[in-house]
Amino acid sequence: MTMRVVVDLNRCQGYGQCFFLAPGVFELRGEEALMYDPGPGEAQRAAVLRAAAACPVQAIMVERTGRP
Amino acid sequence: MITVNGTGHAFGTGGRVVIVGASLAGLRAAEALRAGGFTGTLTLVGDEVFEPYDRPPLSKQVLLGGTDASSTTLPRACDLKAEWRLGVPAEGLDVPGKRVRLAGGEEIGFDRLLIATGTRARPWPNVREAALDGVFVLRTSSDAAALRRKLAARPRRVLVVGAGFTGSEVASACRELGLPVTVAERAATPLAGAVGTVIGAVAGQMHREHGVDLRCGVSVTALEGDSGGHLRRARLDDGTTLEVEVAVAALGSLRNTEWLRGSGLGAGPEGVACDAGCRVFDMFGIVTDDVFAAGDVARCPHPVFGFEFLAVEHWSNAVEQARVAAHNMLASPSQRRPYLHVPTFWSFQFGVGIKSVGVPSCGEEVIVMQGSTGERRFVAVYGHQGRTVAAVTFDQGKWLDFYREQIEAAAPFPPPFRNVDRSASRRPVPAQFPDPAVPTEGPRIVRSGHSPTDREWTIVPAVG
Repeated sequence: MTMRVVVDLNRCQGYGQCFFLAPGVFELRGEEALMYDPGPGEAQRAAVLRAAAACPVQAIMVERTGRP
Repeated sequence: MITVNGTGHAFGTGGRVVIVGASLAGLRAAEALRAGGFTGTLTLVGDEVFEPYDRPPLSKQVLLGGTDASSTTLPRACDLKAEWRLGVPAEGLDVPGKRVRLAGGEEIGFDRLLIATGTRARPWPNVREAALDGVFVLRTSSDAAALRRKLAARPRRVLVVGAGFTGSEVASACRELGLPVTVAERAATPLAGAVGTVIGAVAGQMHREHGVDLRCGVSVTALEGDSGGHLRRARLDDGTTLEVEVAVAALGSLRNTEWLRGSGLGAGPEGVACDAGCRVFDMFGIVTDDVFAAGDVARCPHPVFGFEFLAVEHWSNAVEQARVAAHNMLASPSQRRPYLHVPTFWSFQFGVGIKSVGVPSCGEEVIVMQGSTGERRFVAVYGHQGRTVAAVTFDQGKWLDFYREQIEAAAPFPPPFRNVDRSASRRPVPAQFPDPAVPTEGPRIVRSGHSPTDREWTIVPAVG
């Protein structure tokens, strides 16, 4: 089971909270080019949810529901 | 509560919504319909077999190998309780009969329809050359998976044809992978259609600093293969020949409107014309009541840009327009909302974040308001007839909200305020967008005329 993550990169301003809280999932290239794993493993769930909660511009969306 | 014409049942509880197009706009519209209280039957039709996935990572993380192409499935905001028809393209639309025809002949009835069929990659024009092993486009998850496999095999040289956003990001990924890459662009600089050649020249310097063999003002005239059908070389119109094993055609996009031929809607190569509330026009420019459009395929008049019809092929447009379309699909006429979102985009290339707000190609002049182009950290502001219409930032995205407010307020251009880091000698200069008649990779915001009755294509009336 993987998580589903998407970042609104128009909104992202490179505050960097996400890659401190979930360094295996979010990575900053240069000053504001954010790269991230859109399908991180379940082991990362707690870290990703912390990152999403901490984002000052609330740019990170994590799936919370079942399918379809 | 709205009632469907004559039937008397409440649309919100008993109606049928069909969304054709199962990508970002279709998914976000479906979520907004459910969030807005729609409890009827919801069907999403998609030509790809995949559930809705995010495309921006395909030209970045996926090519670099850090993310598998199959893992960009979009998160969902709520449980959609939808019927999915994936891998089945829609082939026709009967507007009076309110039916969508799918490949294979099946028909699905609707009370409200959302057209969100988006765009596809413009293919390499020569079909035989396009079929060579090593020739790619990059639009879908499958395209990205195939290109990633080829890049991982470390080709001796990659040719990127077209230096728009996609082409530039492919070149950036190739250099990060240590692969030799040549970029051939018909315009004078990369990103010329999107930001003009003054700012595009800064992007061109970034290409060269990172070791890209950037060639502007040239066209690729032929791709040649060996006897085994593998790409071996490319010929340019300046007489040079390049030995290449991979060519990526990044030539912009085509709108998926062919399935609407004969529907009587105002749909053609420039998109599906709709009003500011996302309601689709018929071929005579008369608005329909039950057919809506959103995302890359929609073109609608924007009040901030002189009610010019814009077709915006950017991520945030798909998200925001889908929400407005979904709201208006459920709303009574007095509750309808206009789509007023000011276009935005981002592109990450060569370690720099390039972002924009507004429509740069509406501007004739540009002025660097903050920072320095030499440091690749600046804000460039675009003006049209004394008003601010766009801003493009390199590693200065924090300014976008400020300039969005300026654009929405039709603030004066050049901006009258002073900045601590602004040299007094700075003046606006012509932004130098290429002649729209000369084909390049194409801007991702298409200004497509003031009137839905502009007839630059052949309209084929519905038969019978």
